[in-house]
Amino acid sequence: MDIDLLSTAYSILAVVAVGSALGVVFGRSPVASLLFMVSSLASIAGIFVILEAHFLAAIQVMVYAGAIMVLFLFVIMLLNLGHDYQQDLKGWAWSMVALFVSGGIGGVLVQRFLDLRGTGLSLGLGLPNGNALDRSIEELGALGVIAEPLYTTYVVPFEITGILLLVAIVGALVLAKRNVEGGGTVDGGAAGGEGGR
Amino acid sequence: MNAVLALSAVLFAIGTLGVLVRRNAIIMFLCIELQLNAVNLALVAFSRAHGIDGQIFVFFVMTVAAAEAAVGLAIIIAIFRHYETVDVGSFNLLKW
Amino acid sequence: MASAVVLLAQGGQEVVEGSAAHASFDPLLPGLIVLLPLIGFLVNGALALSHAKKSADAVRVGEEYDPHTGSGGGRDLTHTLPSWIGPGVMLGAFILVLANFARMFGADLHDPVVLEYWTWMATGTLEVSVSLQLDPLSMIMMLVITGVGFLIHVFSVGYMKDDVGYPRYFAYLNLFVFFMLVLVMGANLPLLFVGWEGVGLCSYLLIGFWFGDREKSDAGKKAFIVNRIGDFGFLIAMFLLFTVFGTLDFVAINAGAEASLVYGGAMVTAITLFMLLGASGKSAQIPLYVWLPDAMAGPTPVSALIHAATMVTAGVYLVARTSVLFALSPVGSVTVAGIGAATALFAATIALVQTDIKKVLAYSTVSQLGYMFLGVGVGAYAAGVFHLMTHAFFKALLFLGSGAVIHSMHHAYHATHSHEDAQDMRNMGGLRRYMPWTALFMWIATLAIAGIWPFAGFFSKDEIIWYAGASAVGPFAPLYTVFWVVALAAAMLTAFYMTRMMVMTFHGANRTGEEERGHLHEAPLTMTVPLSILAFLSIFGGWINVPEKIRTSFLGGGGALPMSEWLHDWLDPVVHAAVVVREEALVAAGALAGQEHHYGFLEHAPVGGGELTWALISTLLAAAVVAGTFILGARWAIRPAKESAPLAGVKKLLYDKWYVDEFYDAVVVKPILGTSRFLWRWIDRGIDFVVGGVGGVTKGVGWVGSLVQTGSVNVYAFVLTAGVLVILWFTRF
Repeated sequence: MDIDLLSTAYSILAVVAVGSALGVVFGRSPVASLLFMVSSLASIAGIFVILEAHFLAAIQVMVYAGAIMVLFLFVIMLLNLGHDYQQDLKGWAWSMVALFVSGGIGGVLVQRFLDLRGTGLSLGLGLPNGNALDRSIEELGALGVIAEPLYTTYVVPFEITGILLLVAIVGALVLAKRNVEGGGTVDGGAAGGEGGR
Repeated sequence: MNAVLALSAVLFAIGTLGVLVRRNAIIMFLCIELQLNAVNLALVAFSRAHGIDGQIFVFFVMTVAAAEAAVGLAIIIAIFRHYETVDVGSFNLLKW
Repeated sequence: MASAVVLLAQGGQEVVEGSAAHASFDPLLPGLIVLLPLIGFLVNGALALSHAKKSADAVRVGEEYDPHTGSGGGRDLTHTLPSWIGPGVMLGAFILVLANFARMFGADLHDPVVLEYWTWMATGTLEVSVSLQLDPLSMIMMLVITGVGFLIHVFSVGYMKDDVGYPRYFAYLNLFVFFMLVLVMGANLPLLFVGWEGVGLCSYLLIGFWFGDREKSDAGKKAFIVNRIGDFGFLIAMFLLFTVFGTLDFVAINAGAEASLVYGGAMVTAITLFMLLGASGKSAQIPLYVWLPDAMAGPTPVSALIHAATMVTAGVYLVARTSVLFALSPVGSVTVAGIGAATALFAATIALVQTDIKKVLAYSTVSQLGYMFLGVGVGAYAAGVFHLMTHAFFKALLFLGSGAVIHSMHHAYHATHSHEDAQDMRNMGGLRRYMPWTALFMWIATLAIAGIWPFAGFFSKDEIIWYAGASAVGPFAPLYTVFWVVALAAAMLTAFYMTRMMVMTFHGANRTGEEERGHLHEAPLTMTVPLSILAFLSIFGGWINVPEKIRTSFLGGGGALPMSEWLHDWLDPVVHAAVVVREEALVAAGALAGQEHHYGFLEHAPVGGGELTWALISTLLAAAVVAGTFILGARWAIRPAKESAPLAGVKKLLYDKWYVDEFYDAVVVKPILGTSRFLWRWIDRGIDFVVGGVGGVTKGVGWVGSLVQTGSVNVYAFVLTAGVLVILWFTRF
């Protein structure tokens, strides 16, 4: 694809991502914030595509924008927060200080990234330089390139991740369970079994 | 300077700002997810120079984020049941 | 634990191959021998836990829980299963040991077979592996442990079946056998030490088996604590060995001992003396013997298994196992022999006047262990092990027989709700009419221990006495002569107190009481059958090791036996190096010049006379003592315990055990308690004040710091973010 076209696409997506992010922070209602968040995630997924991380782009949309955000939405609905249009920003003095701190972090990060000049990350989008990653994508495919190390080098962390998900499911059940009279037990095992994979 | 890394830094700063200025626990949570995404973005950018490992990490970050969302939202529900609010300013349990 | 089970079942890797020129010994599932009792422990332990839970549940709802009736009619599973599992695993182990014995018998084994299972610890230069050693010595020990152990397990079924702690009892008993097998099969000192401590633990658990009784649980603690003193010596010996050899494997130590240690040097003497301290703790020798008589608080089969046949012989085993070291240290050897002789005599004097049947047997055990120490101390390692083996037969028989008597007495007193002492011989008398089989078997054991031909004890004890006399050569010759005389005297005392015990228990008029008499009965078959097997062994067990001199005489069947000194030949690969070391040292010192000798042992006693002569003299003397005591005993006027007058004079001194316990109490225990109390009252309080002060200050500072904790999520998030910013700022270059 044309590099200029890619750059243009990237610029648009970046603007959308930043704008949506600001929308998340300053959105009036939780539902609005959530929808801005989805938009931000979608544009980041687009950037992933440009960076040739196709698999991540796909699960970004499916898992993040799809599953996790819907989970948030459910909770907002469940708690009936959707009609709460009051702005819950902190006071202006606090906000100024917060702005200073977060801006400082952003600034320091930018400054850090500037130091990376000359280490191979300096070229704009870093496209297209036919680097090692591109070659292995050609060789193994977009999925294979991530699956191969995931099931070899990183197989132990990968399995532990499964356990983490199982624990999270059980934990979520225990935490959110209503205390029913008569002390019914939580059957976390069955639900966790699905969640773990 | 890589444009993607700059975008990542900006998104991270916005996420941080959101965590600091909002009182609604769910929005704070969303902003934390935003921060995680900023990090993901940076990792993907790095992976172009340093190999596939960065993308693997993104994969793990997403998994952890999912687990975190499940447990965190459960906690928020539990808190809401107790206090009838998700305003973090209205409770100060996190001591002792 | 589970992984150990799996690894043991796999079979280890052989590291020392038997000599290729001969038929090699191929062990059959040696890991399983160790494993079976462990499995028994796990199953019985689980049953014991479930049983305890049931009892506790029953108590909580206010019911009386009776394990004999159980919930579903008939006995509970927790009381029927251990009867099969406990002896069952022992039988399995015994059969395996027999199979291995047969294979080793067929092979001409010179080097021990060491099977390595896995590395236990590898730290720097010390590498310890879990490996089993199979050689003639460990084979003999395994035969005794599993064989006699099996019989005692069977006996226990009859003896303990009415006890509420029945499954717990078998769990402990199986665990004990497991550790004992680890002790004798371990191929290095640390592994031996695991078994050593494990059997100590089981001994503690079983002595205090009826822990509801303060006296009994105290006896368990005493055994445990006194043994710790010995273990201290053992550990020091182990450290010293490591500094010299850099390894703790028996094979390496025995092979390298002559090269690494100077004959009679300070190092080897220190090693052997510290090792002796350990051995005397476990084997109840002076000065650490005091725990064994108290250990009689445990169930009687436990006394038979642990405190007569197996565990207390571990010290003898240890000396025999490291025989080269002791041979290299004449001072160490003579100390072992001296302690053994002194203990043999000292304990025998106490046994003369005891009235508790088990106390007599306890002191008799201490005395016989003294003989074994004497044997290994004079350099006759095979003779010590031989006496260990025959002693296991007849002393187990005596203990089990006394158990049968106590069982019967206990039932009699229980039936009439009497609170008389069921173990006091003054309350017995004439029991042969009620328990004829038990009386017969115990007489056999008594004649065996007294050293009467042709019973087993004659051959083994006489051999030790003979070697004590025959070793009177070299620098310590006068001392060995003294030991020889002491051993002969103690043998006469043995004959006396054992006959006294038999007379008081089984002969004369019955003193149990009119009403109780009707409840006396012979023991059930589960108890008498093991007794009969042990009686058989007590008669014929000695014939495997008849000395050549005696074999050709009428005492040895006039040469009808196909082999002589079989056990000596069998153990020769293990102890040969040590015997040679001792002989060479004596030759080098010129002590043997012009003397007829056999491997450094003289052919005549210190006052002249050959082996056969002295065997004849000692057995005739012992027989005379037995007969005299029996005849005189008929005229003794013995009153039941509650009517007996207190003793006076020497008898009281002996009855109160020379006041050694009181002496230790005054010299060791009281000062330690006093010092501890002082430290607690004054030093500890001061430390407490300082520690408490530090705590208080910390708490105050913490309170100030806690003010920062507002509990607000926003503030925390802000502080965290600001902190990140600060760190990033200061590390930006």
